[in-house]
Formats: sequence, structure tokens, C-alpha cells
Amino acid sequence: MSDVVIRAEHLGKRYLIGHQSAERERYTALRDVIGRSLKGLGQSALDLVRGRQIIAGDEIEEFWALRDVSFEIRRGEVVGIIGRNGAGKSTLLKVLSRITEPTEGRVTIKGRVASLLEVGTGFHPELTGRENIYLNGAILGMTRAEIKRKFDEIVAFAEVEKFLDTPVKRYSSGMYVRLAFAVAAHLEPEILVVDEVLAVGDADFQKKCLGKMGEVAKAGRTVLFVSHNTGSVSTICEKGMLLRAGNLIADGPMSEVLSQYRGLKQSDVTAMPHLQFRGPLRGVRITSIEINGHPTAELRVVSSDDDISIGVRGRADEDIANLRFSVALFHRGLRIVTCHDGPENLPVGEFEFRCTFPARSFRPGEYTLAAGARRVAGDEWVWGTDLCSLEIIPVWGAEYDSDDIGIVNLPRRLVRSKRYAPVGNDQAGR
Amino acid sequence: MSTTSSNVLPADPRMNVLGDHKVTAASATTSTQAAMKGDEPSQLITILEAGRAERNYWRDIWHYRELFAILAWRDVAVRYKQTVIGVAWAIVRPFLTMVVFTIIFGQIAKLPSDGSVPYPILVFAGMLPWFLFSGILSEASNSLVGNANLISKVYFPRLVIPTATAVVALVDFAVNFAMLALLMVWFGFVPNWQILFLPAFIALAVLASIGPALWITALNVRYRDFRYIIPFIVQFGLYVSPVGFSSAVVPEQWRLLYGLNPVVGVIDGFRWCLLGGESQIYWPGFALSLGVVAFFLWFGIRYFRATERTFADMV
Repeated sequence: MSDVVIRAEHLGKRYLIGHQSAERERYTALRDVIGRSLKGLGQSALDLVRGRQIIAGDEIEEFWALRDVSFEIRRGEVVGIIGRNGAGKSTLLKVLSRITEPTEGRVTIKGRVASLLEVGTGFHPELTGRENIYLNGAILGMTRAEIKRKFDEIVAFAEVEKFLDTPVKRYSSGMYVRLAFAVAAHLEPEILVVDEVLAVGDADFQKKCLGKMGEVAKAGRTVLFVSHNTGSVSTICEKGMLLRAGNLIADGPMSEVLSQYRGLKQSDVTAMPHLQFRGPLRGVRITSIEINGHPTAELRVVSSDDDISIGVRGRADEDIANLRFSVALFHRGLRIVTCHDGPENLPVGEFEFRCTFPARSFRPGEYTLAAGARRVAGDEWVWGTDLCSLEIIPVWGAEYDSDDIGIVNLPRRLVRSKRYAPVGNDQAGR
Repeated sequence: MSTTSSNVLPADPRMNVLGDHKVTAASATTSTQAAMKGDEPSQLITILEAGRAERNYWRDIWHYRELFAILAWRDVAVRYKQTVIGVAWAIVRPFLTMVVFTIIFGQIAKLPSDGSVPYPILVFAGMLPWFLFSGILSEASNSLVGNANLISKVYFPRLVIPTATAVVALVDFAVNFAMLALLMVWFGFVPNWQILFLPAFIALAVLASIGPALWITALNVRYRDFRYIIPFIVQFGLYVSPVGFSSAVVPEQWRLLYGLNPVVGVIDGFRWCLLGGESQIYWPGFALSLGVVAFFLWFGIRYFRATERTFADMV
């Protein structure tokens, strides 16, 4: 007997993207601009009459966020969907939760779906905590009676008893997120679709959420879960699906899918296409950046066991005195670390600068790379951010803390952690 | 990598189209059985496919009636939170409009009233449906863009959002209606049995505004310039509709044409039932207005539903 609750057949989702071909022209004449705007206006008017989508730009490109994706999910399965940024994970969830419809193919879903693509969807800042619980609950598909029944439980989970009648705009961000997640966690749909929700809140609360997710899974509900945090995916999902550039390339037990994810490299080209630098320093051109010997056009997945070696290559058009190269890593917009070489003279010609971070310096997660150079004396610089991203995925030994939360990773032997007896006992002892 | 044996899907053997249809049919029967037993609450089957969203649409809307109620309540609650004049604003605006219109049209232009109706009452009876109409039109047309975060994150029939905002306009209407009652007491004016038809005309006013509102709100998702059109329609419409004067002052040969403005029918209807026998309805014009209302309603819903599926991609 088949107990398939979600069956997707050849699912595809296409978006149309417009480009402005004019941007590639060297200069633009006002006459051309006017001509183009008039043409564009005519086109828009035509589209308006026909009820079609208007796309900015005069070159239209098709982009398949999902293509030919087929899978089955059975009742009670907890499935983790993984893949790089732009692989189509969120699009898949949006299609499954009916927010957008597929361009081709079809999905058959048995049972009530609740989707949780964001924490606190529909929260209104002017309304009180109590009012928002009802509002958010209704938006997520709970009935009034259901919310009433679970109200106390939700409030207790969120730990906001005292502030129930305060408008949520006066909440701290932590309280806000806790309340929002608490409502969502008490949904009881047959199928739960969750995206990235655990990316918010402090570490304690993330743990609590993970625990709650585990409970939901044990209660026999079907859960689809997307996260960039491969660590948390692997702890709660027994089954995994791996997406790459809109295609489903692996579907099976989580451990196998994860190991395939680690193997992903080359030709996984997404995002960050150009090396762009700015700054007043002339004469230094950085032409390529590579990570562990791979060009950055390929998004890199690095195991936490590997050293991370970043190479910056380019050409100096003239001799430059007192130049210092830098490489920096960012995590969610926060600059984690920057390293330089000493100020040295750079002779005309090719150059290569290399900077290596030891293995296990950083916790698993996604990092972006910035690089540049600066003349120490003249304060002229050139700098480029978001040059490429790299993901560190977990392979932990016993020597390290296997908990993925945080950014910095230190070997256990470097961190002094020890339990002491309470102060009172201590005095008695001496 | 070596572990790529079992979990790769080169060409999925399960994708036998005929077989899948069979499975779907089979599960559909199990679902009806479950529904008959009545214990499993929602063994419903949803099929997502391009162009498929149509089915079960109205049943879905019924299913989401609680969301409708709570969104309407939210809009009303938010409107009066942290405002000082809040409700007073709903009183001051129509009152001042009534005073100005009475002076300009009644005193300066010396337009005749309907029968022996005091001019302020005539104006107010016309303003009631007009403010309802313009309120719904302006609230609803911005509603989808204003709720973009909901649309891109949760599924529900999108029709819920603009219609829920209509409730805000109805609350204001209730306030205005109470003012009219006071005004009638003040002038000692007694309406007769025709006032029993008022609910029907309120419904007509709501329908007359929902149609264009749905159309414009759907357009507004794609082309944000439509939001500038609404204030214009509202300002312009106030003068081309018989708000400050009785539609009886319009010359006889133009009255049918005047009925093309759907609000004319609505306002005439309101005056007819509020002002007792004093105000007469010009029936051919009224029928034309009804036709225009019905057309806009049909067209608005149709356009809304045709574009609704792409809202999340565009908003």
C-alpha cells in the first residue's frame, strides 16, 4: 500500500528575466534613450492590454529555477532539502506550499499543508502579542478554536507572559522571534514545510526549536525542511534531497546525500560572476582568485578538515612601493577575519598572494570572500567584496565540539572549560 | 565520490504517466471514504499544476473565512491604534463636506432639493454611499501591495485581502450612518417604509466598489502607477456623481447617459430609501447603473483570478 503524501512529477518553474542591452554600449545618446523608452512604453501598453507580465529591459531571458524535478515523499518522513544558494530549494518550497504555481509538471499532495517560509509572517507591529498570536495563527491556517486551545502553551514556549498586552513593536528582537516561532511550532498540519527558520534567534532558542522540530517529526507528521545549516539538517532528517541548478540530483538517506553534497564541485556555477574592485589605487589589477586551487567562478564547498588556502593573482602595471595585500572572510555580512602580508614593494609584472587558514578554524556555514591591496604610505587602496562564497561543511572529530552553532572554532585543548564547586564549598575546603 | 550509486536519479522509472493517473484516482476515492467517516479532518487532495488553481476556489474561500475575519479585524484595529482623533476623523470629514456642499450647491448655486427634504439631509444621504465607495476603492487598491509579505510567504485565496479591507470602509459607514440619524432627528425628518430596503442598497454599494477595486488592485501589483489613479478617480468622481446635488437636476435627455456612472444608481437608490417618497428613481438609468455594476464585478473578479496566480512572483 502506498502511503505517498507528496508526489511531484516533472516539476518546473520558469522565470523571465529582462536585461538592458544598452548597458553594454559604450555611450548612450539621449535620442537612443528616448527612442528606447517610447518603444518600451509601447511594449508595456501592449503587454498591459494582453495581461502579460511586464519585464524591464529589452532582452528577455528564460531562467528555470526548477526543471524536471520528480520525487515522492511518504507519510511521516522528515526530508531535508539541501543545495547551494540558487539551487531552487526555496522555489521548490514555494511551489509545494502553493504560493506560486509551477510552470510545468504537477504535484499531488494528500493532506493539509502548512508552510513556514519565514518566522512571524504577518505580524503587525502595532498589535499586541496576544493579538498577533491570533493573527499569525490564522495566517498559518489554524482555526480560532485551535489557537485558543493552544494559547497558554504558545505563550509559555515563547516566554513572553509579561508582555502579552504590549505592542510587538516594543519587543526585543529575541522576544519577537520567540513569539513568532512559538506560534508556528504549535501548528498541527499533516505536512509541514519549513524554510531557514532556524537561522534566527540565539543559540539556546535554536536548540529549543530543533528539539521541537524533532518532536513534530516523531509525532508522525511529514516535514520538509530547508536549511543552509547542513549540521542541523543531518540531525533531524533521515531522508535528503539534493538540488543543483534547479535539478534534483540525489534523493535518498541523508548521510548519502550529504556525502554527495560534499563532492559537489566544478561547474556548480551560480552567483558572484564578476570580480569587481573599487578604490583609488591604480596599477594593480587582480585578475583571478582561487580557493584551494579552484577558480572562484565555482562556488567552493570545503570540508572542515581542509586547510583553506586563498590565492590572489594579478598583474602590476608599474612598480608600487609599500603595498600590502589583504584577504577577509565575511559571514552574514559580519567581517570575521582579515589577514595581510607585510608592506612590501611590488615590482611590475605578474604577482600572486596566498593566504592559508588552518583547517577547523571556522564553524560550518557559508562565508564570503573579500580581497584587495593598499599602499600603506599614500593610503590608496583597491578592494572588492563578495568575490565568491564558500561553504564549510562539517566533518568533526572527537577533538572538536560537534555543535555547529557559532563562527569561530577552537580545539578543545585551547579552551579551558572546567567545573568548579560553588564558592561556599570552596571556602569550607580550605 | 564513490557513494553515488543508489541515490542518483538519472531518469526516474516511477514516472509512468498512466500509472500515476491511476494512483491519483485511487487516492481520491480513499479521501472521500475518509471524509464520509468524518474523523480525519482534512484528507483532501491538492493538485498543483499550471493553470490548475481554479478548482475548489470558492470552497477554499469559505475555508479561509476565519482569515478574512481576522484580517478585517486587524485592519480596523490598526486604523484606530495610536491615533488621537481616530474616530473623530470619521465624523469630522463627512460633516465638513456636508456643510460645504450645502453652502455651495444649496445656498450659492441654489440647486433644488428633492421635494421638501432639507438640503443637508439630501447631501448626507448621497455622501454615505459615496464615502463607502471611495473608501473601499482606495483601501482595497493598495491592499495587495501593502500585504506583499503575506502574499510571498503564505498561501490563501488572494481575494481575501482586498475584500477584508472593505470591512474598514463599512465601519466608517456605520459611523456616518449614525450621524445621518442624528441629522434627521435634528431636522425632524421621518423616513418611511422604504428604509427597509437599505441593506440591499448597502450591498449594492459594496458590490459596485469591489468590482473596480479588484481590477485596480490586481493591476497595481504589476504596475505601481495605478495607485496614483485612485486619488484622481475619487476626487473626480465626487463631482461627476450626484453627491452634492440631486440627480433630478440633470436634464432629462442626459439622465440615461448619466446612469453609465455606476455610483449614480447607488446614490439614487440610497436617496430613494432614506428620503422616503421625496426622491424618485429614474428607472432606466438605474437599470443601466446596475448593468455597469454587474459588468465591473464580473470583470474585476475575472481579471483578479486570472492574475492572482502570479502575484507572488511579482509583488
